Amino acid sequence: MKILVAIKRVVDYAVKIRVKPDKSGVETSNVKMSMNPFCEIALEEALRIKESGRASEVVAVSIGPAQCADTLRTGLAMGADRAIHVEYPGTLYPLSVAKIFKSLVDAEKPGLLLLGKQAIDDDCNQTGQMIAGLLKWPQGTFASKVVLDEQNKVVTVDREVDGGLETLSLDLPAVITTDLRLNQPRYATLPNIMKAKSKAIKKLSPKDLNVEIRSDLEVVQVTEPPKRKAGVILSSVDELIDRLKNEARVI
Amino acid sequence: MKNLTAVSRLLRRSSRSLFDRRSNLTFLGAFCSSSSGLSYKSLQTCEQFTQDDCFHKKVMSKRIYFLRGYGVGIQSNGLRTHHRSLASIASTPERNKSFATINSDDISYFKKVLGERGVIQDEEKLDDANTDWMRKYKGSSKLMLQPRSTQEVSQILDYCNSRCLAVVPQGGNTGLVGGSIPVYDEVIINIGSMNNILSFDKVSGILVCEAGCILENLISFLDNEGYIMPLDLGAKGSCQIGGNVSTNAGGLRLLRYGSLHGSVLGLEVVLANGTVLDMLGTLRKDNTGYDLKHLFIGSEGSLGIVTKVSILTPPKLSSVNVAFLACEDYLSCQKILLEAKRKLGEILSAFEFLDINAMDLVLKQLDGLRDPLPSSKHNFYVLIETTGSMESHDKEKLEAFLVQAIESGLLTDGVVAQDINQASSFWRIREGVPEALLKAGATYKYDLSLPPEKMYDLVEEMRGRLGAAANVVAYGHLGDGNLHLNISTQQYDDNILSKIEPFVYEWTSKQRGSISAEHGVGLMKASKIHYSKSAETVQTMAAIKKVLDHNGILNPYKVLPTSVLSESGGQEPKKES
Repeated sequence: MKILVAIKRVVDYAVKIRVKPDKSGVETSNVKMSMNPFCEIALEEALRIKESGRASEVVAVSIGPAQCADTLRTGLAMGADRAIHVEYPGTLYPLSVAKIFKSLVDAEKPGLLLLGKQAIDDDCNQTGQMIAGLLKWPQGTFASKVVLDEQNKVVTVDREVDGGLETLSLDLPAVITTDLRLNQPRYATLPNIMKAKSKAIKKLSPKDLNVEIRSDLEVVQVTEPPKRKAGVILSSVDELIDRLKNEARVI
Repeated sequence: MKNLTAVSRLLRRSSRSLFDRRSNLTFLGAFCSSSSGLSYKSLQTCEQFTQDDCFHKKVMSKRIYFLRGYGVGIQSNGLRTHHRSLASIASTPERNKSFATINSDDISYFKKVLGERGVIQDEEKLDDANTDWMRKYKGSSKLMLQPRSTQEVSQILDYCNSRCLAVVPQGGNTGLVGGSIPVYDEVIINIGSMNNILSFDKVSGILVCEAGCILENLISFLDNEGYIMPLDLGAKGSCQIGGNVSTNAGGLRLLRYGSLHGSVLGLEVVLANGTVLDMLGTLRKDNTGYDLKHLFIGSEGSLGIVTKVSILTPPKLSSVNVAFLACEDYLSCQKILLEAKRKLGEILSAFEFLDINAMDLVLKQLDGLRDPLPSSKHNFYVLIETTGSMESHDKEKLEAFLVQAIESGLLTDGVVAQDINQASSFWRIREGVPEALLKAGATYKYDLSLPPEKMYDLVEEMRGRLGAAANVVAYGHLGDGNLHLNISTQQYDDNILSKIEPFVYEWTSKQRGSISAEHGVGLMKASKIHYSKSAETVQTMAAIKKVLDHNGILNPYKVLPTSVLSESGGQEPKKES
């Protein structure tokens, strides 16, 4: 069985986000970019499934500008067998990404599609669900445990929901989106970085996949959240009551 | 990395007050009320509490405080073995009788100059200022002054000098060698209120600020301008630039940006008699006469009080890569260093090492860390950081270097951080060693500069001398030739100490190394200075001290042995008006 894993290149989790002066978006030039942490977890899970003998190949896919190849290289260094880069320089929204994936799934015919539950840049949390919808595949989102039974063609997924854990049994092929507690991703070791250099990254364009990129959304403005005001130290309870009454007007 | 240190700083700060409060309620009561009956059990409770509280250093050092500082006055069998410990604290010299003690006239003079706010006699605040960061040293000062301008510092010092009142300049009080706390009743001059940034030149990157600016505040100010401070250290959330300059602090960026002797362009200093030396240049080149500022960089406040600093700051570069590597022997570590200097050249920004004992200790003692190379154990681990301006170029260079090193057998294994989070976790291993040592029990700490090729011989000899009695842990800034030698034991033991000292100092001296690489001399090593400096050199230092501070009121009992200071004579210079 083949596993397809989606990987997104995002502003590094630890970087302090700055808004562009013209408020058109977030500053990404000269900023450290890394693999979306949830995607890292999805890839790790795919690698573990393969290492346990339940899958034969792990294919990493990234959609975006030329530099996505670096992120795919990281994926290959972690252990993915090969990679597909759908190159597109502009802004992409979840529905376009989902359409590209549908087209890729039709071509690659994987038994399982793994994605991070969301990307930390736009926090959309939509792509996995949209792909499942387009493919008409069962979906297990926010997975905190994945058990694959390839003989019976089912996968059991534990999800963390408000009331506790929900366990789903999905027929394969299926879409799974991964949550933080699923696993701890491995580091890229030197021998694997060396091996990754000879692995192939196949380049495609949305056009190759017969997907037309368009969006029903328009970003009007991106602004920073308002700065929190500094607190004050009051000298007496009376003053506190006075301030709460007359300034904050809460009592 | 930055996030992590910021968080731990935050934790350190916040729970400091938390702990202070709680400790006052629970533990101090226990210590005071039943001091003679204090059992080891109650110590364990307090240890348990501190460990539970959180992982950071401040709390851990509080534990040592109980074990060491407070133990001194308590006659208890349980405590004996614990507090007989003060590893390599020399017998403190007698109080210099020529110093006056403060009286009410002094107080009213200081209040006239500084106002009520600048004169601190509150016991709780004094208690903090009297005790060092590690809770290893404790003074008994009754007065802390907080000047807000150079003029005020000058007036205070002029007065103290005329009255022969000893003073101790204090910044963030984060030193490790007892340099910033009073030994007896010296007046504490705290520079923390002088915390203005005076100017920043966006083209040259030259920053001029007052001495009390906290390093982290300078770092975040510069971050917005696209620059960084040329030094970075664990204590950045508390330490002040004046103290950094006065102690010539080293830290993590020294390999790349050099010591403060290179990056400090100018200083304003107030001498003991109140004279203000304006050497606050902002020039890269200035060969007019003796470059006196260098006397004040690293003299630990014993020659003058730094009030303003002009410093050259490097631009902030966007591409940082970190690799965590394994070597089988120390020779390979050195070869890797040499290769890294050649192949990584201008992008190499840190080269740190730790041995297997340090690695084992960190993984055992600290939660939330994992072995980056879990497949097998290695004798040595090396952390390499590169900082450059182009990610793709730097990564290619680093990977080519690493591939070659692994093919030639210098490296046995290694991992390269793929994001900042991974880089932080590699740094956390290296930076976590001191904390792991604190958790493991008693530690004899030495901060030595040695020729890199000899560095590890000392560690092996020490292991031979101590055998199974102690765990000898070695780590440090290999790229700077700076070894942190730590001998970790269950508890402090005079027997073990006698096997370490003076052997470690003599050994270092034989290799023409330094017994004080980046931590300073302070009170801890004032009487040991001759291991690293010749008699003539120390005499000359004493003569300079005599010229600049005739009455010896500035930070007494520190840096130079008192015996040398009492020998040398000299003329008191006239103060210019």
